[in-house]
Amino acid sequence: MSNYETIEYDVLVIGAGGAGLRAAIEASAAGVKVGLVCKSLLGKAHTVMAEGGMAAAMGNVDDRDNWRVHFADTMRGGQYVNNWRMAELHAKEAPARVHDLEAWGAVFDRTKDGKILQRNFGGHRYPRLAHVGDRTGLELIRTLQDRGVHQGIGVHMEQTIVTLLKDGDRVSGALAYDRERGRFRIFKSKAVVVATGGLGRAYKITSNSWEGTGDGVSLAYHAGAELLDMEFIQFHPTGMVWPPSVMGLLVTEAVRGEGGVLRNKEGKRFMFDDIPDNYKSQTSTDPEEGWRYTQGDKSARRPPELLTRDHVARCIMREVKAGRGSPHGGVFLDIAWIKEKIANAPEHIKKKLPSMYHQFMQLANLDITKEPMEIGPTTHYAMGGIRVNGDSQMSNVPGLFAAGECAAGLNGANRLGGNSLSDLLVFGKRAGEYAAKYAKENPAVEISSDEVEAASREALAPFDRGAERGGSAEGPYQVQYELQDMMQALVGIVRREDEMTAALEGIGKLSKRAAEVAVYGHREYNPGWHTAIDLKHLLTVSEAITRSALERKESRGGHFREDYEAKDPAFGAVNMVVWKGPDGAMQLRREAIPEMPEELKQIIEEMK
Amino acid sequence: MKTVTFRIWRGETDGGKLVDYTTEISDGMVVLDVVHKIQATQANDLACRWNCKAGKCGSCSAEINGVPKLMCMTRLDQIPIEQPVTITPMKAFPIVRDLVTDVSWNFRVKKQIKPFKPCAPQGEDGAWRMMQEDVERVQEFRKCIECFLCQDVCHVLRDHNKHEEFIGPRFLVYTAALEMHPLDTEDRLPELKQAHGIGYCNITKCCTKVCPEHITITDNAIIPLKERVVDEFYDPLGWLWKLLRKKD
Repeated sequence: MSNYETIEYDVLVIGAGGAGLRAAIEASAAGVKVGLVCKSLLGKAHTVMAEGGMAAAMGNVDDRDNWRVHFADTMRGGQYVNNWRMAELHAKEAPARVHDLEAWGAVFDRTKDGKILQRNFGGHRYPRLAHVGDRTGLELIRTLQDRGVHQGIGVHMEQTIVTLLKDGDRVSGALAYDRERGRFRIFKSKAVVVATGGLGRAYKITSNSWEGTGDGVSLAYHAGAELLDMEFIQFHPTGMVWPPSVMGLLVTEAVRGEGGVLRNKEGKRFMFDDIPDNYKSQTSTDPEEGWRYTQGDKSARRPPELLTRDHVARCIMREVKAGRGSPHGGVFLDIAWIKEKIANAPEHIKKKLPSMYHQFMQLANLDITKEPMEIGPTTHYAMGGIRVNGDSQMSNVPGLFAAGECAAGLNGANRLGGNSLSDLLVFGKRAGEYAAKYAKENPAVEISSDEVEAASREALAPFDRGAERGGSAEGPYQVQYELQDMMQALVGIVRREDEMTAALEGIGKLSKRAAEVAVYGHREYNPGWHTAIDLKHLLTVSEAITRSALERKESRGGHFREDYEAKDPAFGAVNMVVWKGPDGAMQLRREAIPEMPEELKQIIEEMK
Repeated sequence: MKTVTFRIWRGETDGGKLVDYTTEISDGMVVLDVVHKIQATQANDLACRWNCKAGKCGSCSAEINGVPKLMCMTRLDQIPIEQPVTITPMKAFPIVRDLVTDVSWNFRVKKQIKPFKPCAPQGEDGAWRMMQEDVERVQEFRKCIECFLCQDVCHVLRDHNKHEEFIGPRFLVYTAALEMHPLDTEDRLPELKQAHGIGYCNITKCCTKVCPEHITITDNAIIPLKERVVDEFYDPLGWLWKLLRKKD
């Protein structure tokens, strides 16, 4: 162990997206020594891809908005299996977190009277998303990054965490390797905040970048943390379907927020065909009313294109399956049509959706101001993740915190668009604050050299196999592709018992193969090796998703069962909890959702 | 399917060479797809940075046939593929391996620039007020994805290695975004003139040409900053006025 450099912190933050940066800033402001580790360069995390905005009930555009409405919207969107405490805190604190960003230099789009402009988004009753055109994520991450670098945070870029380390029950740090040289490094820390984002790379078609391999969820699981609601995966309705190389790349919901409509190949706006009962009172059945809503008419109800993401994604699948899809297996999303309504439509579209214009022009050679886009569902977001305390964001492992997408609770069975960026800020801050507090209140930790040795041996094993067996051993990519294909086909948007049972069996077989893959060459920047290490994470989260999805014998939010199409109130009262048993096998239990306080119940009742 | 040869620079800090890889391509592919394909099938250890694959994170910067570009946003039907396509790492930064360069200098430079310092909120509600027309200029600069292609193409850095005396187009844009922010109260002009070396820029506009975000770097950011520096330090009337005021 003496070979490895050891760096000591009070709080170690893993992941430098919005949640990680916000946690690091907050912990650092509390006066403890903070380290920040990330797989990419600073400022490149997947948060930059967020387009639409961050939901915060500031009421700048519609003064009927307040935290109570936002809370009720979030719970309705999540189909009431959310952690209600997190939904409450999120709705209450989001406006202050947006204010922080402005204080740190963010430049949001403005209302006519100079306040922060807010836009409409699916599932939000009032215009609620603070935004900057369609590049809000970039604004958020850059603002936090620029704030963070002046706070004395120790930043370690291009480092991958191999394992979390423990001192008895407590977390004691992490073992990392630097991607540049492949050297191991020990981070010793009293508290660890996991903020590693998503796991979309477990699927073939995803909007997630290579980083979304579920590292944090898997690391925490193997360190003894419980996972919650892993079956709830959000398939975003609008991903690019052509060209093949960008399949899955996100097309922001803001296109629909600005008046974009969905049509099948017959030109029909099919979203009017199926409006769920619990949204009927808020949804317009008249295209004209829907258009007025997108243009800020407060008396109008929203068009059905802005129903929740799970529902829109399934409607698109229905059209495709019925043979009414577009040439490349999606449907049409049309914003160009608004030229019938407004004079300078092309300029208006370019101003409101600049990066979408750019994205289609560059990658698909298509001008969205003139032609409709072809889109289809893409794996976008994990509602489930590490189970945390709603106030402190600490997991069941003392000293181990989680925030952002890798943590579970806020979003229940389905996340509303715009609630992710605000989630990062609200719970990133809380995780940083409570991690710093924990570090101050608890004694130093010890690093176990045995644990470090075992983990580094495991990480290097693919090289040993490569050296032993030469070219005859299997590489990591084939295993990864097969897993992604299988999860896409068998545990995707529409699920059923026999397929998922087959998937579970498949995961078992792939795990055996993953344990035997070989890599070649150097440890410096070796993508084959990195993929070999990612496999463990991908397989862990895939198993957790599949087991939880098998257990939830109903359809709710992002989880749709062909063999149990209806919602079941019995399942509406429970969360799925997954953990690693003493023998290393994955365990699962249903757990009753705690009773909601009267005050919150009333809010939900009033807003129905 | 068409077959194309890609000539990729392979090597480390102590040197390297161009290696040819021939592969089949399909419709709609971008250069980064080809690099990934080669990585997965022919050279598992070929190093390259990438992330979003949508031109939003600025990780996959490289030089394609000598031109600084994002690999993820360069479609194969936009470049000549009858001859081998050359892919080399950015020249203005030290090599780490293959297509990966050490861009850490950029992060160090940013740290030297004085951070945002806002005035007190103007609204009675404790929030700031800014008009859309007043923030648009800054919003243009804030589109920057930090791909550092402008730094790579800038001859002051690329050919003359003035990294210690000149912060480069990226950080002039960054400074401009802070200086022109309606709420900012900090003064960064003395550093611009001295340590940050704005005088090195002789407005050849190469940076503007390569910017994947189409930021008008030279005209909208650098020239106005140069004018501010001139007004502050070289305007004889202004200088006299300040001198007289000091004596008061």
